[in-house]
Amino acid sequence: MISKRIVLHFPFGLVDQPILCQLVKEYDLTFNILKASITPRVEGILVLELSGKNSNYKQGIEYLKQIGIEIQSLSQDVVRDEEKCTDCGVCIPICPTNALLMDAKTNRVQFLNEKCVVCELCVKACPYQAMEVHF
Amino acid sequence: MAKTIQQINEKIKKGKAVIVTAEEIISIVEKKGLSKAAQEVDVVTTGTFGPMCSSSAYFNVGHTKPKTKIGGGIAYLNDVPAYTGLAAVDLYLGATALPDDDPRNKLYPGEFRYGGGHVIEDLVAGKDVQLRAEAYGTDCYPRKKLETLINLRDMNDAVLFNPRNSYQNYNVAVNLSDKMIYTYMGILKPNLKNANFCSAGQLSPLLNDPLYKTIGIGTKIFLGGGIGYVVWHGTQHNPNVKRGANDVPLSPAGTLAVMGDLKQMSAEWLKGVSFIGYGASMAVGIGIPIPILNEEICSYTAVKDEDIWAQVIDFGEAYPQAIPGSLGQVNYKQLKSGKITLMDREIPTGNISSYRKALEIANLLKNMISKGEFLLTEPVACIPGPDSGIKYKPLIERPTMI
Repeated sequence: MISKRIVLHFPFGLVDQPILCQLVKEYDLTFNILKASITPRVEGILVLELSGKNSNYKQGIEYLKQIGIEIQSLSQDVVRDEEKCTDCGVCIPICPTNALLMDAKTNRVQFLNEKCVVCELCVKACPYQAMEVHF
Repeated sequence: MAKTIQQINEKIKKGKAVIVTAEEIISIVEKKGLSKAAQEVDVVTTGTFGPMCSSSAYFNVGHTKPKTKIGGGIAYLNDVPAYTGLAAVDLYLGATALPDDDPRNKLYPGEFRYGGGHVIEDLVAGKDVQLRAEAYGTDCYPRKKLETLINLRDMNDAVLFNPRNSYQNYNVAVNLSDKMIYTYMGILKPNLKNANFCSAGQLSPLLNDPLYKTIGIGTKIFLGGGIGYVVWHGTQHNPNVKRGANDVPLSPAGTLAVMGDLKQMSAEWLKGVSFIGYGASMAVGIGIPIPILNEEICSYTAVKDEDIWAQVIDFGEAYPQAIPGSLGQVNYKQLKSGKITLMDREIPTGNISSYRKALEIANLLKNMISKGEFLLTEPVACIPGPDSGIKYKPLIERPTMI
């Protein structure tokens, strides 16, 4: 079994296709949508957790690539600018998945990328504009 | 035996003074006892780093050729309006000033990504800033328009002047309403889902000198990465509040007005901040040395997070409607543990003030004093204490004449 959080970039022309449905039907994968949006230029961004058997997962990803979808792993997309961050910790209680926490020894904020669901609440809450999301 | 500031300075010059941070003094007093600690330790350094809205700077930008009387005209620094009601080329910029075309909260909640605090940060970072000015023109200052890049190094004067910094204790903010609210204490989730506080607690300058026995007008301090001075008590200074047995106020009390040469300062210790839905401001780093003149002062500096209590205030209704009352009190050890218990519920906490940076400041100041680069000053006057009669007042509105 494998389970990964990935970001799918749908180019123009694919946003109205029932693609995720194929992942379930043809590749026996399950998914949990964390975020979905369509930009004004009719390109789509979909953040999801995709799970299934290793071989199925590989084939599913291959299918997505073949039809023209770009795939990125989520961890590349949420970035904390450590120069801007002052480790105050005002973001910590805002995070719904406890992806941010204070290291009591170093007094530094830890960002656990794998727990992040890209809700972007921390981006809004950070007075120093230290949290950035790049899709 | 009591010491004097002069004697401590002599020891600093000889490299023999014992300097510790307000965190280190706690265990020293616990291990050695108050009497021995007060004898051995000469200086305790404090620190704080957090958003302080009543911060500002003034500049003398020098004269153009031909000359321009910006005074009484209009001026912008990177599109942020500066106050011009001063002499011809003196400008005053406040940390919360916003560009005229910032949508504010018309697009609620507004982002306030760039304001006066960000201009000050850019200046101390050495960046060029655009000055745009309009003047009415006079015989001696004929020019009416000006648009130029300016840089901190080229100004005649650049002075950080903060009318209210370094609050002695602060309230804890929660939201009892059923709507998300956007405040200067950060985003507060509905129905008591988070609690935000803002203090360095046991490291905070005025919490280590609760009755202002050593910190006064003329006290030399670490300010924004450079040297500054306490120049007055801060606005809203409110010393006459309830205090614990350790003399530490149980609610916001004393404040300081500080100033210093902006040219010495750095973007690491002066940072523009943006509070969503609230506005722009600036985070300021301040460190104040406390001379250990006697046992009493030593015992004040040994104050611990668990002995400093703060009031929990509802920002959903009580605060905006100016309804007095606290939901309860909690101490900074609880606040810093990441959760507090209030109204039978466990609430996660977040600090607006950076303890990491506060500790860095206390250590920087300790090193500066150890190397003899920073000597202590004798205050020239005290700041008002609990018996001064000063009491913070609300504005009582009166109808205006028509």
